[in-house]
Amino acid sequence: MPDQRPQKPQQTPITAGFMPLLDAALLIVAHEKGFCESRGIALKLVRETSWATLRDRMTVGHFDVAHMLAPMPIAAALGSGPMYAPMIVPMALGLGGNAVTVSNALFHEMCDYGAVDSGDAKLNGLALAKALAGRAAAGRKKSTIGIVHRFSSHNFELRYWLQASGIVPDRDIDLTVVPPPFMADALAAGHIDGFCVGEPWNSVAVERGVGNIVTTKSSIWRSSPDKVLAVGQQWAEQNRQALAALMQALVEAAIWCGNGANIEQLASILSAPGYLDQPAAILRRGLSGEMPFRRGGPIQKVPDFLIYDGRAATFPWVSHALWYYTQMVRWKLFTHSNKAIAAARQCYRPDIYRAALAGSGIAIPSVSMKVEGALSEPTIVSDGEFRLTLGPDGFFDGQKFDPDLIEDYIFAHK
Amino acid sequence: MSSEDLSILVIDQDQLRASILEDGFREAGYQRVSVLKDIDMIMKRIVEIDPDVIFIDLENPNRDVLEHMFQVSRTVQRPVAMFVDQSDTAMIEAAIDAGVSTYIVDGLKKERIKSILDTTISRFNAVNRLREELEQTKNELAERKLIDRAKGILMQARNLSEEDAYKLLRKTAMDQNRKVARVAESLVLTAGLLKD
Repeated sequence: MPDQRPQKPQQTPITAGFMPLLDAALLIVAHEKGFCESRGIALKLVRETSWATLRDRMTVGHFDVAHMLAPMPIAAALGSGPMYAPMIVPMALGLGGNAVTVSNALFHEMCDYGAVDSGDAKLNGLALAKALAGRAAAGRKKSTIGIVHRFSSHNFELRYWLQASGIVPDRDIDLTVVPPPFMADALAAGHIDGFCVGEPWNSVAVERGVGNIVTTKSSIWRSSPDKVLAVGQQWAEQNRQALAALMQALVEAAIWCGNGANIEQLASILSAPGYLDQPAAILRRGLSGEMPFRRGGPIQKVPDFLIYDGRAATFPWVSHALWYYTQMVRWKLFTHSNKAIAAARQCYRPDIYRAALAGSGIAIPSVSMKVEGALSEPTIVSDGEFRLTLGPDGFFDGQKFDPDLIEDYIFAHK
Repeated sequence: MSSEDLSILVIDQDQLRASILEDGFREAGYQRVSVLKDIDMIMKRIVEIDPDVIFIDLENPNRDVLEHMFQVSRTVQRPVAMFVDQSDTAMIEAAIDAGVSTYIVDGLKKERIKSILDTTISRFNAVNRLREELEQTKNELAERKLIDRAKGILMQARNLSEEDAYKLLRKTAMDQNRKVARVAESLVLTAGLLKD
């Protein structure tokens, strides 16, 4: 029965768009557990079916904030086509959370070339390269891999993995966009040979017996960024206090989601028809990082599959924005210029994060950039009032990204 | 080429709405109107249709697919999402409010599509209103049924006339500042519990 009591008058309404993915959890939990309400925020959540609509509804002001693919606000700042209202990124919504799944047929071919069960990015990347070369030698048509959006972490991490494994993305395969809920169907129907998507959509394909997870984002690049909180720049300027209150609620939600004791309850909340609308048991796999990679296969324990809390998982690292920028240049989506670097850099707002969350009881990094891929094990970086541990954050090929040497990095990838 | 020669493509999962929109364009004298329900083989179809303007419903998950195709394809002219400049903000807002997204071929003058965009927005709004009215009628019917059942329960339990049973429901609703239907709902649910 709907609650007929009027809202408390002092509640500030905020409307947030989200896509049905595990990393929408912070927004959903902040609402469901009352973390917003207790801070005077009436959060209204609206589920969307495409990133394009999420972006358009941000532009016309239907949404104040949104769960968004990290590269999207950056691409908008760099002028990806038509005019969109500028967005800023004052916080991230976690690290990791997606995986690469291939068809049963392609997996069997990969097994002939040493594919392993563990999802090791290096070994399975080499196996995939050999399997694809085998297909080409046999005169078979190019394989197709599904991604969720051109400006997605998936596109860039997948391309990074393929290229470093000896597969040239724009030459050796076709990349196509498929909406996440249709990935398993497209794989089953043979329209695509594999895909890179956020959970729970890999596990959905595994459960249906149509796909095999061959690697995870955490194996390609440990502790790497994926979704962010995108905020309309104008709205952020006019509603600084409400934004701060929302961010505090989201951080409280991150701590709650990151607590292993809450996994069952979290899976149950997210599984509701209005949210992810998938069985809790399937959601649990990505949440716990304990997941079978093929139907009936052994449970793989994936370290850091999805990180909600700790290790600055919600901090908007400017070095993350710049890494995405280098990849957009690498794959010829934008031309490199100092002006473009500045636009990408200004999109991420660690200053707002610090101002909103100072004194909220979490460890906040004192710097805004770090060398990505530099930490091979968890490292204590500050030991003041709140201990901050970062990493491990390595790329599978051992490369590092130093944001101060951005041109060297771009040049090395040419 | 006169305005009426514009090639228009409508992609909408809602067939009723798509055909109402198609009729609207034809009435306005546009001859080259195509409608697609889903996007299977869409690239081939787009090459054949060679549209100047594409309308797609906002709830369509395939919008991301469509945008990707425009970006990578060299076989079609490149339609772009209609957020061209600040001057048509009101128009774009009206379209998004109505639930439709518009792509136009780069370089096409805005004035040329103004009337078809107007048609699209008004037809989308009309269908949305129809749907809302239908939904409301359904709810009202359901509410009337609930109130009837609640009246029946009261008539039996308190030995009241139908009129007095309704008065009691209405008075309770006013005292609690709730709708009569909600009070009736509570009563029906509670009665159900007591029965078990």
